[in-house]
Amino acid sequence: MLRDQDRIFTNLYGFHDWRLAGARARGDWDGTKALIEKGRDAIIKEVQDSGLRGRGGAGFPTGLKWSFMPKEVGERPHYLVVNADEGEPGTCKDRDLMRHDPHKLIEGCLIASYAMGAHACYIYIRGEFVQEALNLEHAIAEAREAGLIGPNACGTGWDFECYVHRGAGAYICGEETALINSLEGKKGQPRLKPPFPAGVGLYGCPTTVNNVESIAVVPTILRRGGAWFAGLGRPKNSGTKVFCISGHVNKPCNVEEEMGIPLKELIEKHAGGVRGGWDNLLAVIPGGSSVPVLDKAVSDTVLMDFDSLREVGSGLGTAAVMVMDKSTDLIKVIARLSRFYMHESCGQCTPCREGTGWLWRVMERMARGEASVEEIDMLFDVTKQIEGHTICALGDAAAWPVQGLIRRFRPVMEARILERNRAAAGAAA
Amino acid sequence: MPKLTIDGIEIEVEPGTTILQAAERLGIEIPRFCYHERLSIAGNCRMCLVEVQPGPPKPAASCAMPVAEGMTVKTNSPMALKARKGVMEFLLINHPLDCPICDQGGECDLQDQAIAFGADKSRYAEAKRAVTDKYLGPLVKTEMTRCIHCTRCIRFATEVAGVPELGATGRGEHMEVTNYVEHALHSELSGNIVDLCPVGALTNKPYSFHARPWELKKTESIDVFDAVGSNIRIDSRGPQVMRVLPRVNDDVNEEWISDKTRQAVDGLLYRRLDTPYVRGADGKLKPATWNEAFKAIADRIQGVPGSRMAAIAGDLADCESMMALKDLMTAFGSTNLDCRQDGMKVDPAIRASYLFNSTIAGIEEADALLIVGANPRWEAAVLNARIRKRWLAGGFKVALVGQAVDLTYGYEHLGTNPQTLQEVVDGSHPFAAVLKDAKRPMIIVGSGALMRDDGDVVLGACWKIAQATGMVADGWNGFNVLHTAASRVGGLDLGFVPGEGGRDTRAIVEGAAKGEIDVVWLLGADEIAGERLGKAFVVYQGHHGDRGAHRADVILPGAAYTEKNATWVNTEGRVQRGRLAVFPPGEAREDWTILRAFSDVVGKTLPYNSLAQLRDRLTAANPVFGAVDRVVPAEWRAFGIDGVMNTSKAFALPIENFYMTDAISRASRTMAECTDVYINGNDQKKTGTHD
Repeated sequence: MLRDQDRIFTNLYGFHDWRLAGARARGDWDGTKALIEKGRDAIIKEVQDSGLRGRGGAGFPTGLKWSFMPKEVGERPHYLVVNADEGEPGTCKDRDLMRHDPHKLIEGCLIASYAMGAHACYIYIRGEFVQEALNLEHAIAEAREAGLIGPNACGTGWDFECYVHRGAGAYICGEETALINSLEGKKGQPRLKPPFPAGVGLYGCPTTVNNVESIAVVPTILRRGGAWFAGLGRPKNSGTKVFCISGHVNKPCNVEEEMGIPLKELIEKHAGGVRGGWDNLLAVIPGGSSVPVLDKAVSDTVLMDFDSLREVGSGLGTAAVMVMDKSTDLIKVIARLSRFYMHESCGQCTPCREGTGWLWRVMERMARGEASVEEIDMLFDVTKQIEGHTICALGDAAAWPVQGLIRRFRPVMEARILERNRAAAGAAA
Repeated sequence: MPKLTIDGIEIEVEPGTTILQAAERLGIEIPRFCYHERLSIAGNCRMCLVEVQPGPPKPAASCAMPVAEGMTVKTNSPMALKARKGVMEFLLINHPLDCPICDQGGECDLQDQAIAFGADKSRYAEAKRAVTDKYLGPLVKTEMTRCIHCTRCIRFATEVAGVPELGATGRGEHMEVTNYVEHALHSELSGNIVDLCPVGALTNKPYSFHARPWELKKTESIDVFDAVGSNIRIDSRGPQVMRVLPRVNDDVNEEWISDKTRQAVDGLLYRRLDTPYVRGADGKLKPATWNEAFKAIADRIQGVPGSRMAAIAGDLADCESMMALKDLMTAFGSTNLDCRQDGMKVDPAIRASYLFNSTIAGIEEADALLIVGANPRWEAAVLNARIRKRWLAGGFKVALVGQAVDLTYGYEHLGTNPQTLQEVVDGSHPFAAVLKDAKRPMIIVGSGALMRDDGDVVLGACWKIAQATGMVADGWNGFNVLHTAASRVGGLDLGFVPGEGGRDTRAIVEGAAKGEIDVVWLLGADEIAGERLGKAFVVYQGHHGDRGAHRADVILPGAAYTEKNATWVNTEGRVQRGRLAVFPPGEAREDWTILRAFSDVVGKTLPYNSLAQLRDRLTAANPVFGAVDRVVPAEWRAFGIDGVMNTSKAFALPIENFYMTDAISRASRTMAECTDVYINGNDQKKTGTHD
C-alpha cells in the first residue's frame, strides 16, 4: 500500500486550497527553475528512468514518446497538447486532478514543453468539465501573474504560454489525432498514422499529446528522481496511479495507489469492499469501458498494472475499475457499452462505422435472448473483423468488451438464449 | 531508394511511394474504394489492407503506408484476405440490394469486388440504414442509401473543383455526405463526381435509367465544346449518343471533363438538320434533295467572281471540312476566308502567336501567371483545374487583368483596363517584377482580349511582356493564347484565313451588308447574326437549325462531332482525331464529303476521294497535321502591333453563359436546365409547388 509520503496528488479530494498559495504550500512550483536548468536531455532521461507509462490508456512510455520529437526546433514550432478530454466511461481522475490540483498540471506543462522545445501548450479539455476549465484558467492566470509561465517563465528565459481549449463532447476527440483535428477547428476524425504527431501534428508541426495525469506527475518525478518513481510498483509498471473505483462497491472513490496493487486489495481497502461482500462479486471491468471484463476467479488474484492485466486478456486502460455484483445483467451492460461505441464512432472508416451498429443490435438481442447460440460465434467473428482493421483504436475499444463477455461469460449468454427459446416454444405450443 | 518485397517479388521504388503504388508497379492490384491517384489519401474504406512486416500484428492500409527499406508485404495472406472479406461484409450490410435498378450496375466497383471478396450469403439480420437523398443540381442524381462514405466526391469538390461545398455531417452510422444547405453544386466539373463514385450513390441524372453499360458501344473521341480538346469516350446505343465519359490523357484533361462536354450531348437529338433545304420563291425553306440543293447553289454562283464570294468556318468545324472548303474557295478564286467568327486578332503566319505554347501540362511547371482578359473557368474548365492544381502546390503567383471572376484559386486582381496591362508592359507595375523574377513565368491571353478592335495591339503588348520578363527561354515558352473554339487553331494551322487581298470575318459581313459580297458559305458558323449579311446568298452547311440555318438560302445538312471521323487541333496545337460513334441523321453527311460532291457538280472537282487523301492534303498544307496527338513547338518570333491600346474600354469576356456556347449546347435541354439553375440562380431544389 502506498505510503503517504509517496503520494503525488496530495489534494486529490479537494480538502485543501487548489489555488496557487495552497499548491505552493504542498510543494508545487518549488525550484521549478532549477528543474528546468537541468536541461532537456536530463529531463527526458529522468522521465525515461522513472518508467512512467502514459496514463491515458495505451500505456506507451512517456519519456520515449518525448524523445521522438525533433531534437532541434526547425522552421516549424513544436507544440505540447494535453489531452484533458476525459471521456472513457468509468474514468474520472483527470477531472479531479484539474479541479483540485491544477498547478501540478501547469507546472508539468511548462517542464514538458521546455523538454520538447515547445513554447505553447494547449490543454484540450472536455466541454462538460465546466468548473474544471474555470479552475484551470484561474490557475493559469495566477501562474502567469506570478511569472511562473508567460514570457521568461520562472526566470528561466524560456517563453511559455498555456491555453485551455474546450471540446464539444465527442468521445473520439480523446484520440490524439482526432483531438488535433478538433483543435485545428476541423471535424474530430482521427488521422492516418504514419505520419505520427511527433513529425506532423498540430497545424502540421511536431506535436506531443499526453494525458493530464502523465504530465502532472512529471514535476514530482523530477524533484524526487526517476529512481524513486521506478521503485514503486513492479518493473516496467512503475509508479503511482490514480484509480477510479465505481459500481457496486460500498464507497466509490478516486484513490492514488501504487501500481501493481492486487485488485481485491484495492477494492476492499479503498472502496469499502463489494456490495454484499467479495463473494457477491460477478465481474470487474478493470480499466474503463474499452477493456475486456474479468470474472471473479481472475479478480481474486490479478494485480493492477499494464502487464498483469494484459496477461489475463484485459488491460489497465485508464484504471477505471467498474465493479459489478451478482445483481447485474452483464449482457445488458455490455450491450449498453456497445451502444456507446456505436454512438461515438466517428464514421470515417468502414469497420467501425458499420460494425459498431451491428454489434449493438446483436447485443441487444443477446440481452433479450432473441438469438441462436451460433450467433455468439458470429458475434465474436464480427468483433475480430473490426479489431485491428480501423484507423484508430476506437474499433478495438468497441470490440474488446464484447470479446471479454464472450470469452468469460459465454455460458450466461447461452443460458439466456436457451431459456428464451424454450419460453417462446412453450408459448407457441 | 528503399527496397521491399511484395508477394515475394523484390522491388525498388522512390522514397515516399505507398505500398499500393509499389504493388501497382509490379502489376499486383490491391482492391480499393477510397483511394484515387488524383485525390488526397483518405485511407477510410480499409479495403486495401495488407499484411506488412515488420510492424504491429495487424494489417495496414496500403494506400497510406509509405514503403520502407526491408519491408515484406503480403497482399494475399490469410490475414489480408480475412481483413478484406470483413471490410466487404461491413460495406454490404447497409448497402441496399438494388443492383437491378441501380444505374451503376455493370460498372460498379462494389459489385465487382463483392464478386471477388463477398460472402455468398449475408449474416446481417438487423434493420438496414436508409438515408435521405440530397439535391446536387440538375446533373448529379443521388441515392444516398448506397453511399459507402469513401469521401471521393468530397475530396474532388474541395481539391480539384475548388468548390468546398460537400462534406460529411453526423457521426458513425449516421454520417452522411451532403452539401448541407442542398443547392446545386457550383462547379463546371461537377459531373466528375459521378465517375469518381465507386457505387451508385451519385449517378448521371440526365442519363439515369436510359441504358445499361453493356448495351453501349464505346468510341474513343475528342471533345469540341471548348478548345482544350478533352479526350472523351462516346457511349452510344444504336443511332443515339447516350453519354460522354472522360478518357485519361495526362497531357490534356487528366481524367476530368467539364459538365458541358459531358451533358450537352442531348442537344444532338434536337433541332437537327436531317435533309437539305432550299429557300423557295415564297421566302420559305423547303426540304429538297441533295441534287436540288447543289443545283440551287450552282445556279446562283454561276458567273459570280471569286472576289464576291466568301466562306466563314464555325467554332465546331473540323480540319478536313475546312481544308476542303478552302480548296473549293481557292478554286473559285476567292480569298475571302476566315475561321475566326469573333474576329480575334492573332498572326496566322506565326504559329507561336496563337498557341497555348507552354502546353497544358506545362502549367504545372510554371511559377507565375498573368491572365489577360480571360475567365479560364468558363473558357476551359478543365484547364482551369490544372491551374488550380498548380496553385495548390504553392509558390505560384497568379494575377488577372480583366473582369474579376471566381476562378477557384486566389489571384491578385490588377485591374480591368488595358491601362494596367500597359503598366506591366512598361515594367512600372509591381507584377512585372514578379514575372521577371519567376523562373518559368507564363501569360494566358484570352480570346476576349484579342477580339477587340485593338486586339493586335493587345497581342503586341503581351508579346512585349513575354520578351521583357524572359518568358521564352531554353525549353520554355510561357506565352499562351486561350482559345474558346475547337476549330480555331486547326483553321489557323491550315490557313483558313484571308488570302492576298482577302476579307476577314468583319470585312465579309460588312461587304455582304453593302452588297459587295454575293455568296457566303457558312461552315457551321452560327455566331454571326444573319440580318447582318444583307442580301447575300447564304449557304449554311452544318448540323443544327441554329442562327446560321435560320438565315440560309440553302442548307446542307452536315455531321456533328460524334458523327464523323475528323481532326481537331486544340489550343496547345495538339492534333487529335475524333471518331465516328453514330451515323449522321437522315440525309446528313460527313462534311468533307458534301464539299467534295458539290465540287464535282460545279466542275471544280477536289483532288481527294478518301479521308486518307484529304489528310495527306492537310499534311501538305501544314506538316503539323502529320504529328497526331503531339504538340509541335512553334518558332518564337515577333508578332502583334506596337501601338496604343484603347484604355477607355475595359477587357470583356467572350462567354456570357458557360452552358450555352454553340449550336449543340443551345439545343440541349440539360444545358437549358443548367442555365436556369446556375446562370439564372435558381439553384435550390424545386419542391413540387414550384411552377
